[in-house]
Amino acid sequence: MAKILNIVETAYRGTIEEQDDTTLWLSHALKNAGAEISVLLRANAVNYAVKGQDASGLAFGEIKMVHPPEIDKDLGKMIQKGIPIYLVQEDAQERGLSDSDLIAGVKKISKKGLPELLDQFDQVWHW
Amino acid sequence: MPSGKTLTVAIMDPPYESANSTTALRVVQAALNQGHNVTVFAYEGAVNLTMKEQKPHANSVKGTTLEEEQHPTTKDWIAALFKLAQEKGAKLDWINCGLCVDERGAGNWIEGPRRGSPADFLAASQVSQSTLVIPTK
Repeated sequence: MAKILNIVETAYRGTIEEQDDTTLWLSHALKNAGAEISVLLRANAVNYAVKGQDASGLAFGEIKMVHPPEIDKDLGKMIQKGIPIYLVQEDAQERGLSDSDLIAGVKKISKKGLPELLDQFDQVWHW
Repeated sequence: MPSGKTLTVAIMDPPYESANSTTALRVVQAALNQGHNVTVFAYEGAVNLTMKEQKPHANSVKGTTLEEEQHPTTKDWIAALFKLAQEKGAKLDWINCGLCVDERGAGNWIEGPRRGSPADFLAASQVSQSTLVIPTK
């Protein structure tokens, strides 16, 4: 089985309407289908790893959104499922995110370490 | 109470692809809540926002059923906005760009929107107090 790395760069793209992030969802679905898959969060998508996100409260007229996206919890479930989640350390630092802001289990990697990381995969999909 | 003022909003994004569509609908709702009339020009992929065939689905990754997931659809959100407009005594005029509809075969939509053209957008912008464009990026 070829090793796949999904790089997620654009954050919160349709997450309210989908109730999740489509690329993370796809990664999880592919894992369930037997893929050997990892995820790298970069740029604004590093914010997905911030714990305690709350997107609740949206309603249009009489229709209330019952299940808002909980991306941090989705990531936690992916980690539990055995999907390694990497995060570009400098991208988090630039956004003022410290270790205490992030969920447990995310592997931080410096930009210098990216070539070595990417070299571990047979396929790299940059979303 | 109706304000007699009108906001025109042009949107381009299709449903489920970006936060732009949700943001646009929130702006529309905020204007209607204050009694303003709103004209929406749904351009390009945004014509899919009102498609009648949209259906919620279960979520196999989360392990939720159709009923548990309660997946939102933009056509239901927009139907709720039409109802809200009625309650507020305001008018929501939703124009789906006709050529964009034809390109996509997206002609079967919920009750409320109408088919139109860029000329309708121009006309709306001329009589509105403000026009907001939310393009695809």
